[in-house]
Amino acid sequence: MATVDLKLKKVNKVYREGELVTGVVVVQSKGELQHQAYSTDKLYIRNSKAWKVTLGSLLSKDLQKQCEFIVEYKDQEEHSKPKPVQFTITPDTLTNVKEKQNIPKFKVKGKLDSSNMCINKPLTGELVVESCASPIKSIEIQLVRVETCGCAEGYAKDATEIQNIQIADGNVVRGVAIPIYMIFPRLFTCPTLSTNNFKVEFEINIVLVFQDDHLVTENFPIKLTRF
Amino acid sequence: MANYEWFPRQRNYQLERSKENLPAEIASNHPLKGIGVVELKHAEKRGTSNKASTPVNKNASSGDPLSTSSKSSFVDPLSASMGVSLDGSDPLSQMAAESEALAKKTRSLSLKENTGNDLLDETFEPWSAKKAGILTKYTTSEKLSITTSFLSAQDKEKAVIKAQTTATVTDKVKNRLEQLDDFEEGSVQKMLNLSQQDYVKRIDELNQALINAWEHDQRVKALKIAIQVGKLVYDRLKEKAQYYPPGSGVPVKLPDNFTPDQVPDSAKETCRNWFFKIASIRELIPRFYVEAALLKSYSFLKTGEYEEALQRLCIMTRGIGDPLVAVYCRCYLSRVGILVSPRTTGHLMPCFEDFLVSYTQLQTDSVQNILAMQKLEMPNALLLNSIISAFKPEYIAVRSMQFIEMIKECEDTGFPKHLLHRTLGLCLVMASPPEDQKLTVLNEVWKAVMKLKNPVDYIGCAEVWIEYVVMHFGKREVNTILADIIKHMTPDRAFEDFYPQLQSVVIKILSHIHDFSVLFALKEAVRVEVCKSIMEAFIKYQSEVTNDPVIINALMFICKTMHDSVNALTLEDEKKLISNLISGFINKISFGRDFEQQLSFYVECRSSFSNLDIVLVQLIQNVNNLSIETRKVVKGNHSRKTGNFVRACAAYCFITIPSLQSILTQLQLYLMSGQVALLNQCCSQVCLILYDMYFSITADAFFKAAISVIPDVPRNVELEGKTRSSEPLLTEYLYNFISTLLVVPDNPDSGVLYLLRGLLNILQNYNWEPNSDAKILIYTRVLAMLSASCQEKYIYHVDKVDSNDSMYGSDPKFINEVNSICSTLLDEILNHLKTLAQSENFRRQGILALELFNTIICHSDLEKQQLFNLATNLWGLAQKHGQIDVKQMVSIIKLIE
Repeated sequence: MATVDLKLKKVNKVYREGELVTGVVVVQSKGELQHQAYSTDKLYIRNSKAWKVTLGSLLSKDLQKQCEFIVEYKDQEEHSKPKPVQFTITPDTLTNVKEKQNIPKFKVKGKLDSSNMCINKPLTGELVVESCASPIKSIEIQLVRVETCGCAEGYAKDATEIQNIQIADGNVVRGVAIPIYMIFPRLFTCPTLSTNNFKVEFEINIVLVFQDDHLVTENFPIKLTRF
Repeated sequence: MANYEWFPRQRNYQLERSKENLPAEIASNHPLKGIGVVELKHAEKRGTSNKASTPVNKNASSGDPLSTSSKSSFVDPLSASMGVSLDGSDPLSQMAAESEALAKKTRSLSLKENTGNDLLDETFEPWSAKKAGILTKYTTSEKLSITTSFLSAQDKEKAVIKAQTTATVTDKVKNRLEQLDDFEEGSVQKMLNLSQQDYVKRIDELNQALINAWEHDQRVKALKIAIQVGKLVYDRLKEKAQYYPPGSGVPVKLPDNFTPDQVPDSAKETCRNWFFKIASIRELIPRFYVEAALLKSYSFLKTGEYEEALQRLCIMTRGIGDPLVAVYCRCYLSRVGILVSPRTTGHLMPCFEDFLVSYTQLQTDSVQNILAMQKLEMPNALLLNSIISAFKPEYIAVRSMQFIEMIKECEDTGFPKHLLHRTLGLCLVMASPPEDQKLTVLNEVWKAVMKLKNPVDYIGCAEVWIEYVVMHFGKREVNTILADIIKHMTPDRAFEDFYPQLQSVVIKILSHIHDFSVLFALKEAVRVEVCKSIMEAFIKYQSEVTNDPVIINALMFICKTMHDSVNALTLEDEKKLISNLISGFINKISFGRDFEQQLSFYVECRSSFSNLDIVLVQLIQNVNNLSIETRKVVKGNHSRKTGNFVRACAAYCFITIPSLQSILTQLQLYLMSGQVALLNQCCSQVCLILYDMYFSITADAFFKAAISVIPDVPRNVELEGKTRSSEPLLTEYLYNFISTLLVVPDNPDSGVLYLLRGLLNILQNYNWEPNSDAKILIYTRVLAMLSASCQEKYIYHVDKVDSNDSMYGSDPKFINEVNSICSTLLDEILNHLKTLAQSENFRRQGILALELFNTIICHSDLEKQQLFNLATNLWGLAQKHGQIDVKQMVSIIKLIE
């Protein structure tokens, strides 16, 4: 459990308007840190603390102000270990497709340099369209956040697309390695978190959009770490 | 009216002359001194400015093979972005501009020094030089369209700016969000049917909007605009303005070449933020362009970032499907890369390789369909052609055999092979292939070229390749090629259409073979046109005179060919041109002091070019020149030999002149040659008198001949395309002639003033124009001349020639003779004056009277009452009708006083 203490220099002083309240913020963390920096509309979980500043005002009424703040901490956690992922996408690798004959023949090979990633480093890799019967319109990488809440009734799982980056535009050259490169958005990502009844996980989708707007998606779970 | 007798006034010319001189005054300082200094300054100034501009010129002229390829094949719409002004208010933009300038400076410096470790090799061609070329080369009449959402956003801006004044943090955030909303709401507008100018204008507007937005602190809007613009493939120019961004975070000025350590963390953070924002742009192409445009800002983060970023961006382009768009991107990247970090070249080769890979895309159906729609073909030959024309000639030259093989293999559809050969030829002219391959290359190529049926294609190739041949081979090969060219050009008189090309062939040969003796060993198709260009080249390159018999012989041959081509149908201009060329040739030939050979050369020329008047005139002039030269060499004292030679010259002229067509020219030349002959008579005292006599006759002969020709002078002459009366010309000529006659000594065999009498007789009978006073005017001049001839010592002499003054020594008999002629003339004049008594002729009468009056005043003895009366009468006559210029009268009165 981490605590955040505000230590004011002069505690009993009556502050006037325009005066600077000086002091220090002490963040103490004992054991595993559970609150990670991310925000979402779905789950109102914040790392922010409501801190109460009791102003010994004449009205002797407490004023409250909520404020969001982000904590980055020093190198303590385990470092991400590179774990390359090779992948091949063909019509056969697709699941949940009803009419396979409608899918044009294609073969896309590629790799992600690692599925364990440091949140500060970009996602890298490459992808080769070896063959494709119908023209490609676009190739995109989606970053998806999956939040899972467990409670008595069961799980509530919610996936949100947080970033979509186009890596290929138009009918690309076959057999050429197209780079996969994505910087994780700072405000929408956090290290992968898994507890008993709450999980924040991330996934990468590689999306192939064909000229006729049909699309093929391949999903890769990734693990983000702070370092 | 009674006969007047003429009494010439005795004049002392020396005294008169000394009176005419103005009193001299010693000049103490130079009046031009001050001006001289000023001019010097000017010159210096100009010198420096020239210096400054040299590197630029160098840049512009040096052709980088790689960049020429971009010129020929890619149109970069980004070009317009060069116009972005960098005069933003924040310090960083200025800094960016400064550092840009600095980079330029270093570049030009390095160019100047040409040291080994240049940032760029000197062939680098700056974008600015290319841009203008591209914009002028690729214009389109097609209508263009822009789709944007912010073209009409001006009104919204105001509100936003107002809100901006309260600058608290929350407000700022709110504002930005509002701005975002504005854009989302802003209706997407389509602008269609814009012409190229409109389009460029529109882009400039957007550009301005972007800058404005930035200056008004509407960062989000600026980026939004940038992204919006980036979405439009054609609107990529915007991003340039994004050089500003991280600057807002730099509070104080940094030194020009700052290192990332100097940048405060806050600035770095801002900068990083920008890049994060860019990294989250969804679309590939806008992301690419914005980042490329912001590349410079990486210098705030850490050194060495460029290389990495450039390489990343480079491979990023692989994702762009449209080959053309991808090529644009790569071009832009190369350009930006060279701008921010000239040393970094690691990204260039991958870029190029990627481009080559994308070439296969051209074979894909979609592209082929487009091409088919545009009725274009895209065979390999096109690429080959681009490669040959774009790569360094040295590179091509070394591999010329490979290229020839490749050309051979190309299917001959779409892109014609002869163009390939032509391009290759151009390359090989600039750089030589390896020694041992030279001949093989030529053989292979020529085999193909020989097969070309279409003369246009053929001559195109031949024109280029001849230079190669001339550069590397001897006359045998050149002969072979020329023979082949002739063979191809002869059927159907095809050569008629290809004079320029043929000429260029010859010019190319000439520019490489300055040794004319080799040149003329060539046996070529001696077309007149070709001859002409040879002559032109000869005159141009042969700056010194020559006496090489081979050259002379060959050029004589060429000139004869030209001369013989002149016939009755030849245009006047053509004739003139040929004549001038031949004259030029004649002038170039000199045998130094071997005058005799020179003369015999002229004789030969005369026999060869007898049809061309101009040439003959030139010859006569030259011969006269020659005899003057001779005179100079012997310093006026002819020996027997030189005397003979000079006489031969005179004879030459005398014989040649009558063959001229123009009478007037004949007259002029007679006079001139006569004068020359007179001048050369100097030997009289030294040499045998016999020769002297003979000589005198020769000079006389000229004048006699001139006089005898006068009656043939046509009434009208064609001058500069207009018909004009020859009379003024003739009059002028005669004035000159008469003054010359003064110094011509009488021939003892003939009577006194034999020549003058002859002239007068001719004049008397000459068919003057009706109502012309020319004769009378000439008479007055003759009067003046005669008076002068009565002086004891003549006003001028020919060196070492005894004129009549020393011959007769003012013998009274001679004087009487002269006076009688004068009187006759006077009578003539007065009679003529009388005939002009009608009112319509008053003016003419007045003029003539005045003229005569002048002559009398100047030359006659006014102490004789008779003449004085005459003068008074004439004055009255001249004044009577008041039609004479008053000013003239006044000045005459002054003179008399």
